[in-house]
Amino acid sequence: MGHSTSAELGQQHPLKLYFVVWGWLFILSAGSYTIDLVHLEGALRWSLILIFMLLKAGLIVAVFMHMCWERLALIYAILLPPFAVMVFVAIMAFESDHTYDTRGASFSVETTR
Amino acid sequence: MSDHAATAETTTSRTLPKGAKGVVHDWSSDQRAFKTATWHKAMMWIFLLSDTFVFSCFLIAYMTVRMTTLEPWPNASEVFALTIGGESIPLILIAIMTFVLISSSGTMAMAVNCGYAKDRVKTTVLLLVTAALGATFVGMQAFEWTKLIHEGVRPWGNPWGAPQFGSTFFMITGFHGTHVTIGVIFLLIVARKVWRGDYDREKPGYFTSQKGDYQLVEIMGLYWHFVDLVWVFIFAFFYLW
Repeated sequence: MGHSTSAELGQQHPLKLYFVVWGWLFILSAGSYTIDLVHLEGALRWSLILIFMLLKAGLIVAVFMHMCWERLALIYAILLPPFAVMVFVAIMAFESDHTYDTRGASFSVETTR
Repeated sequence: MSDHAATAETTTSRTLPKGAKGVVHDWSSDQRAFKTATWHKAMMWIFLLSDTFVFSCFLIAYMTVRMTTLEPWPNASEVFALTIGGESIPLILIAIMTFVLISSSGTMAMAVNCGYAKDRVKTTVLLLVTAALGATFVGMQAFEWTKLIHEGVRPWGNPWGAPQFGSTFFMITGFHGTHVTIGVIFLLIVARKVWRGDYDREKPGYFTSQKGDYQLVEIMGLYWHFVDLVWVFIFAFFYLW
């Protein structure tokens, strides 16, 4: 692709937006770190970790990587396939539970005789 | 694709259909599916997608060994604590590394912006700052590795619990650190090209006859932001979980 397209296709956006996103990334990271610092436990801990993680990932992809200004054809081509990973996660989590139970039954010190 | 075709394409880019209709239109158009993204950019995205799968496999492997082990998983909060001024601060090094990497993402975004504004000096400086922050990150990771190895962490065992901790730790952070290192090298290469004015003179790259332009800074940025993106997931799953 030649230079003639870059002026048209170039992703130039107001600097202020980058600063705002940058600030939010700092705030969210500080939030993630605070979770550990104040020893949150259980469902609150896991859900906050995931929420902060997804918000950070979303901001980076959408604004820093300019995905929100691309056409849907590219957005779908790149962002949909990773959802297949969720299926993989589910399969392995299911399998892992089974492995854990089997190991518990066969190898655990408490359960062997 | 010739310049002529590309120019003709962009003149119509404002009239391209939007939404679901646009997706069907783009993908069935019998020329190229990514109407407003150059192939350079589309290929970088496709590479990053494949890299996403690689890192996903590592993290899923980590999940699997952690879920299946009968031994307790070492507490990351304590393992990665540093003693500063006589007080043990949990995860402090990792927190600093996270902030360093986010800062570098910010300077990278600025560099892309200055590149499109054709501000050669600012772009070069921002790329160099980004590379310096990246190098700092790798340096801190080297420090972390050294510390853990001295404490007896090995891929096959460690003093605190499940032996899989070491293997997943070295695998995941090692692969990520390699990505950061490669990123730093390429940032320096792109910074040099910007400084020389290669993109103003449309000088082609090493392996292509196509004209170079400031979009290559944006594509470099895509890779760099991806490295930051992966760290977000590693930070959440490996260090905090």
